[in-house]
Amino acid sequence: MDIEEKIKEYEVVIGLEVHAELSTKTKIYCSCSTEFGADPNTHCCPICTGMPGVLPVLNEKVPEYAIKMGMATNCEIARFSKQDRKNYFYPDLPKAFQTSQYDLPLCEHGYVDIIVDGVEKRIGITRIHIEEDAGKLIHDDFTGSTLVDMNRCAVPLIEIVSEPDIRSAKEAIEYMKALKGTLEYLEICDCKMQEGSLRCDVNLSVRKKGETKFGTRTETKNLNSFRSIERSIEFEIRRQVEELENGGVIYQETRRFDDNKGIGYAMRTKEDAQDYRYFEEPDLAPIVSSEEYLEKLRASLPEMPNARKKRYMEEFGLSDYDSFQITSSKKMADYFEKTVSICNNPKAVANWIMSDFSKMMNEQELEITETKITEENLAELIGLIDTNVISSAIAKKVFIEMFETGKMAKEIVEEKGLVQITDTSAIEEIVNKVVEANSQSVNDYLAGKDKAIGFLVGQIMKETKGKANPKMVNEILLKVLEAKKNS
Amino acid sequence: MELYELSLHEVAKKIKDKEVSIKEVLDSVYSRIDYAEEKVGAYLSLCKERAYRKGELLQERLDRGEDIGILGGVPIAIKDNICIKDMKATCSSKMLENFVSPYDATVITMLEKAGAIIIGKTNMDEFAMGSSTATSYFKKTKNPWDLERVPGGSSGGSAAVVSSDMAFASLGSDTGGSIRQPASFCSVVGMKPTYGLVSRFGLIAFASSLDQIGPFTKDVEDMAIMLNAIVGHDKMDTTSVDLEKKDYTKYLDKNISGMKIGVPRDIINGLKNEEVKKAYFNAIDVYKSLGAEIIDVSLEYMKYSLSTYYIIATAEASSNLGRYDGIKYGYRTEKYDDLLDIYKNSRTEGFGEEVKRRIMLGTYVLSSGYYDAYYKKAQKVRTLIINDFRKAFESVDVIVMPTAPNTAFKFGEKTANPVDMYLEDILTVPVNIAGLPGASIPAGFDQNNMPIGLQIISNAFEEEKIVKAAYAFEKSTEFNKARPSL
Repeated sequence: MDIEEKIKEYEVVIGLEVHAELSTKTKIYCSCSTEFGADPNTHCCPICTGMPGVLPVLNEKVPEYAIKMGMATNCEIARFSKQDRKNYFYPDLPKAFQTSQYDLPLCEHGYVDIIVDGVEKRIGITRIHIEEDAGKLIHDDFTGSTLVDMNRCAVPLIEIVSEPDIRSAKEAIEYMKALKGTLEYLEICDCKMQEGSLRCDVNLSVRKKGETKFGTRTETKNLNSFRSIERSIEFEIRRQVEELENGGVIYQETRRFDDNKGIGYAMRTKEDAQDYRYFEEPDLAPIVSSEEYLEKLRASLPEMPNARKKRYMEEFGLSDYDSFQITSSKKMADYFEKTVSICNNPKAVANWIMSDFSKMMNEQELEITETKITEENLAELIGLIDTNVISSAIAKKVFIEMFETGKMAKEIVEEKGLVQITDTSAIEEIVNKVVEANSQSVNDYLAGKDKAIGFLVGQIMKETKGKANPKMVNEILLKVLEAKKNS
Repeated sequence: MELYELSLHEVAKKIKDKEVSIKEVLDSVYSRIDYAEEKVGAYLSLCKERAYRKGELLQERLDRGEDIGILGGVPIAIKDNICIKDMKATCSSKMLENFVSPYDATVITMLEKAGAIIIGKTNMDEFAMGSSTATSYFKKTKNPWDLERVPGGSSGGSAAVVSSDMAFASLGSDTGGSIRQPASFCSVVGMKPTYGLVSRFGLIAFASSLDQIGPFTKDVEDMAIMLNAIVGHDKMDTTSVDLEKKDYTKYLDKNISGMKIGVPRDIINGLKNEEVKKAYFNAIDVYKSLGAEIIDVSLEYMKYSLSTYYIIATAEASSNLGRYDGIKYGYRTEKYDDLLDIYKNSRTEGFGEEVKRRIMLGTYVLSSGYYDAYYKKAQKVRTLIINDFRKAFESVDVIVMPTAPNTAFKFGEKTANPVDMYLEDILTVPVNIAGLPGASIPAGFDQNNMPIGLQIISNAFEEEKIVKAAYAFEKSTEFNKARPSL
């Protein structure tokens, strides 16, 4: 059986549950810090460790952030919302219930638009609700015991639940990127996936193309990189199709994906699914949002990707695609604008960001602000090209060094003597030398083989170590050849 | 007369006027405890050293001419489900036998700010679940009026210490009658304020939407003073309300002429204990003689209160008590191989029968498939009961009824059938369901000389009406003056 061929006969149905840790200074129900990476159990108090007798007080920033996210993803915002207890036992959950939202979430019925292979697609958002994070269990191999770090207990989260509108790993990634971009624009989540501040659960099922009933879905939990989302989806599609093609059945189950081994495995099945006994949290008042409050929040929203994209097309004359790509990340768009403000060449900045720069960032899984190239530096490089100090070809080499070392463009150009040769007589000298040394190619050209000129240009550039101004080389070479023709 | 026999306001005045020193007061109370505690068994722990230290500081301040507060130097006892920093808070459970609170409950901060001296923690039903204090893991508290009988519960210890002069006042908590019923059984004044009037921060939760802290005192004036000390908005408790402060002592007024007093005739007629009824009608006659207007009210849905209560309270409890899992604090089993064992065995061994019964009930009513039939329906009935009271209070200032259908029973009498025990709460739970304030004041004795209480209920946040009605009654009768002989 050719599994790849079989997969093509199936439609994949994916829904994502995305958890984003909100970047509030303090936790959701107490005034402990939410800072990541502190010594274990130093950011906690009787409230977030669930001591007897304590009560929660809602951090107002939490619903505010969630509502902003709802507004930015076209959700309806609830005027009346409440918080509920989700009861279960686990050592990282000191109260034995997670305060979450059950039947009256803050935001519902939204969507985001993504572009995959040039085609725009709308992904529905079922709901966005607020909840608290749990602590962290750390297995201590030395003593063989498991320790609990409660620093993360009650760090605020929003859970963004999508409709089952996603049809491929690619779409899932684009959807995640769109959410990440929006969270960054709103500055409500630091989106550090490796620290777990943005993570997702993938609900996935497959069905034969044309089938209208959904297949049985599985849920792969806690994926915290684009790469593992993509790989786990590919893995699970293949696993489900193989299972079905071999006459097996898919069980509704919770799964985990081992990123190192690249395989997923089942954690627990529906049979031992827990009954969370949700009920309204009696210690917290309902969240009531007045029209006035919501209007104020709406007015405070920053320029969102769509508006920014339109502006880039109008103000900078960028293409639809480039504008979309650059504005999808706030950091990238901010970087773009700052660079443009220095070198005043938006198209060149966009080209750099979209081509070489993106390629290298992707290879090293870096964000634009994490690279060594500052806006000033990129602007300087573009300025060097625009003023004919270096050629584009040289610039590409300079860029690689900038990316690796963080040195300024000018410094590299000077150090390596890469300044472009724009002296006509100097170029003429080299052209004449090359023409004399390559009489066969010259004759070919004169006999009408235009291709031969490319070889000659190549030889001239080689001679000048690529520093000759290509435009001038072309002009002078043609002039010399023309003269030979007529003689 | 011994110092410990004085009322709170009397002793506070003597301290303030420097007729007695705070140390003398503490000596007197602790010597009384030395004598009476052996018989009554109401305290779980004493904090003598802490009390004398606080007393010294207060005395110094007083001697410097400072105002040390409305409770300045007065020894007060605290139910053992209210947290005090660096002191045990056991909830009378094996589960929390060694739990030392890392923080102060808001009421503790407020009491101490008002000058109170905490002298010890009192016995209770385990996790405040019970009507007899007999579900305590640690000890039996006896009714000071008859050591063969229960003091009521769950705040039995707090009622007994005031009744036996082992404290001038105490704090209890009331989820379904846990202040009012023991107050009635021990012939002291006990009040459950409106839900939200007193901060619950630091009260170890039983049923969050019903729990409320309140005082036990020797008379109504003391109750008003205690309310002044503990009422107030707390930003640590979302359910606490932010209202303008009232001085409840301003309502200590004998003149209640024209006050409208509601009588739920159907409910009274349904009571079986003739002695309780007799005391009740006697109280109505007192009110009539004071010029109050007696008006019949109908509380149609009150008969569903008990079932509603036992669904909501147990549901919330099943969740609130989940945190006692043997992991972070409290009791942990010694028999375990894995995590599930820790949970199962710690909870099986650490909780008593009544607590386990209620956790199971609450887990059941919240389970998927049963939620709608029980929990959701109970919430709807709760709304009907609230509306019932709201309607009644359109025509009356207060509603009065007996606090408990019977007087204190003997140990072991109602333990065979839990439902018999639950039925003792039938007159108090509706008040919690509706979130209203209610007080119990001494209103007579039966032929065994066991106290009978009168319950006065007002609309939400109208405690001053209760103060007024209770004060007028107290001043016209002698019931509160009687003390048990130990």
